[in-house]
Amino acid sequence: MEDFFSVANKRFKSRLIVGTGKYKDFEETANAVKASGADIVTVAVRRVNILDKEKPLLMDYLDPKTITYLPNTAGCYTSEDALRTLRLAREIGGWRLVKLEVLGDKKTLYPNMIETIKSTKILAKEGFEVMVYCTDDPILSKKLEDAGACAIMPLAAPIGSGIGIQNKTNISLIKEQSSVPVIVDAGVGTASDATIAMELGCDGVLVNTAIAEAKNPVLMAEAMKFAVISGRLAYKAKRMKKRKYGSASSPEENLI
Amino acid sequence: MNNLNMAKIQLNGNSYEINVNTNLNELLNKLKIEKNKVAIELNGTIVEKDKYLKVTLNKGDKVEIVHFIGGG
Repeated sequence: MEDFFSVANKRFKSRLIVGTGKYKDFEETANAVKASGADIVTVAVRRVNILDKEKPLLMDYLDPKTITYLPNTAGCYTSEDALRTLRLAREIGGWRLVKLEVLGDKKTLYPNMIETIKSTKILAKEGFEVMVYCTDDPILSKKLEDAGACAIMPLAAPIGSGIGIQNKTNISLIKEQSSVPVIVDAGVGTASDATIAMELGCDGVLVNTAIAEAKNPVLMAEAMKFAVISGRLAYKAKRMKKRKYGSASSPEENLI
Repeated sequence: MNNLNMAKIQLNGNSYEINVNTNLNELLNKLKIEKNKVAIELNGTIVEKDKYLKVTLNKGDKVEIVHFIGGG
């Protein structure tokens, strides 16, 4: 049975979304994206370099016709900046599916949820399909859904920290109550972190730094691909109950 | 500025000289930028792609040309 990831009425094969930042060059980015099997990549909106016209472009390495670009507002600290960024992203090529993140603090890169909720409402009204980066707070996640988010993206831990899911209980509470997809975003450090997110029932995982900063990014991209698949299968298989004491695997009758 | 046919604008935060009445399409051509890869903001307002031929630049205009780069 095929298991699709659906968001905003679009279907994708992979439940892994990868970022395209922090790579050595575009060639490495493209190789890692390919190895990850991701159908969606996040991208940032920045000024064109006017002086260096020969500079390669991301679009020359990752074709937006074959891979879904998810414009992101990384680096925005106010609702105004985030809205401006996504409106520009839409103008580049009609992108309506976007990722909103409004940061609140340069040190932790934690989201400013007040600005985030405000921005979500406006973007949803303007016809955007907004996937929203947020804290792992079940109440605020619900508010986001009410504000019109098409996916909730709680952090596992601070962006780029690589320390994995800090509050599994909250992540599963958020998943349980949400009627839109829940994607763990930020803080994943290695394959097992992605698997845990999927075992908790999340619909997907977004990874950037854990792949880009691995010694071998392409290999880690492949590891993430299998980690997400494994976690998803384990979730669907419904794990065994935990016991306090041992339970022998071999029958105890007819022992010699 | 002595040449009356030239005007200074702010392009992506830097001073840039253009011919008076240059339209956005001409500006992109001069910069060798493909219009389907960028978005343009003129004085804080996004200009739709089908208006690039009509919108001309004046002295002191603030132009931002953006595109997608790698990001998380």
